[in-house]
Amino acid sequence: MIDVINLTKKFGDIDVLNGIDVKINKGDIICVIGPSGSGKSTFLRCLNCMEDPTGGQIIFNGVDIADTKVDINIHRRKMGMVFQHFNLFNNKTVIENIMLAPVHVQVKDMKKAKRKKLKDDPAYNTTKAEIIKNARENAIKLLERIGLADKADVYPSTLSGGQKQRVAIVRALAMNPDVILFDEPTSALDPEMVGEVLDLMKSLAEEGMTMIIVTHEMGFAREVANKILFIDEGKILESGTPEEFFSNPKHPRLKEFLSKVL
Amino acid sequence: MGNFEQKLNRFLEIFIEQNGYVKVLEGLKNTIIIAVLGLVIGIIIGTIIATIRVIPKYKVLPRILNGICSFYVGLFRGTPIVVQLLVFYYVALPLMGLHMTGVQVAIWVFGLNSGAYISEIMRSGILSVDSGQMEAGRAVGLSFGTTMMKIVIPQAVKNILPTLGNEFIALIKETSVVSFVGAADLYVAFNYIGSNSYEFMVPYLVMAIIYIVLVLLISLGIKLMERSLRKSDRRN
Repeated sequence: MIDVINLTKKFGDIDVLNGIDVKINKGDIICVIGPSGSGKSTFLRCLNCMEDPTGGQIIFNGVDIADTKVDINIHRRKMGMVFQHFNLFNNKTVIENIMLAPVHVQVKDMKKAKRKKLKDDPAYNTTKAEIIKNARENAIKLLERIGLADKADVYPSTLSGGQKQRVAIVRALAMNPDVILFDEPTSALDPEMVGEVLDLMKSLAEEGMTMIIVTHEMGFAREVANKILFIDEGKILESGTPEEFFSNPKHPRLKEFLSKVL
Repeated sequence: MGNFEQKLNRFLEIFIEQNGYVKVLEGLKNTIIIAVLGLVIGIIIGTIIATIRVIPKYKVLPRILNGICSFYVGLFRGTPIVVQLLVFYYVALPLMGLHMTGVQVAIWVFGLNSGAYISEIMRSGILSVDSGQMEAGRAVGLSFGTTMMKIVIPQAVKNILPTLGNEFIALIKETSVVSFVGAADLYVAFNYIGSNSYEFMVPYLVMAIIYIVLVLLISLGIKLMERSLRKSDRRN
């Protein structure tokens, strides 16, 4: 589904990623670990071009999205992202946060279909009211799933960290993405709230969602991931299944890293 | 102060019996129109400039636009408003072959002028919004412009509302120079009354009071607006 070929990224003169190659298949749950400053977050942010890669290719559903001529906005709709600091839209209520992008994108598609008179396009036969109604129903379903339906009309500032992050995850889900990128989703949370977020991520994993997760939660990585990447100094130094990764680490840097964090 | 009573009577006579109040109402209307429409134009121009100036600049087009915007801001902040009024009225309009009334000229010049100031206010407002908000918008597939309009600018406006209020108050007061291009504002009205009564003390005193009342009303309006915009914050 995602094919990363020789990805490099420089910030000024500093090489952050030095040629990353990785293949991500549908249904993969990939945890990316590594020391801070190793480039793991940058790697994740390059995947949806939040940082423009300096070199290399990212083939997503057959298109090289690292090419700056590609309309990245279309591809990002199929690539959800969850941030360390949640980044819920502060000026929107919880349900508006979830509905905003689906409604905006579908209304835009509908207007385009009507303008070009594409009568076969399903977007042609819909109306704005219908789109909003469907998006609201979907958003309520998602909120019920995470047990926050009663918070639909409050602003994010009144939620706890764990609640914010769960809303952020369903906001990404509302776009029906093919893959979700998680950038240290539990690092900014109080310890007692980590569990609720990880549980939601686990249930997504069980449903077969493709996920790429930068994390420091080794227990979670071991339990949920089917592949783990260890990144240091902008390179993948070791990758493998959780069993071989944790029980039989080969690279000396990984051994050293694991001895510190486990 | 018997003298003052005499002056007051003289003022009231012209104000009421010789239709002075018509002039004052007309002047008040023009002052408010110039300030309000100037502010609206200023906010539109300022928002556009501020948005252009925060676009990442590794492409050529944003750099050129940014240069144009910097020049614009430098031009309008670098010259006095009276000079701008005069140049617009006596230089720019004839060169373009256009005709405008004094009030129209004043609206445009105050709009263009406050646009330069508001662009910097708005830019600081945009920069005060956490960059994660823009990232989150882009990550769900919204464009830079859409994220700006729906997410960042509404939050920026909330942050800069007190400063924007300052700008509006400054605008109201600065409009007192529009008589340079023949627009009949409050100053013109009270000057007319003064000239006809050969007595300026009371007219100018009343003019000052009207300005103060106007500004107090605006401050109150801003306070109410701020309160309603703050409903997404926890600090109510």
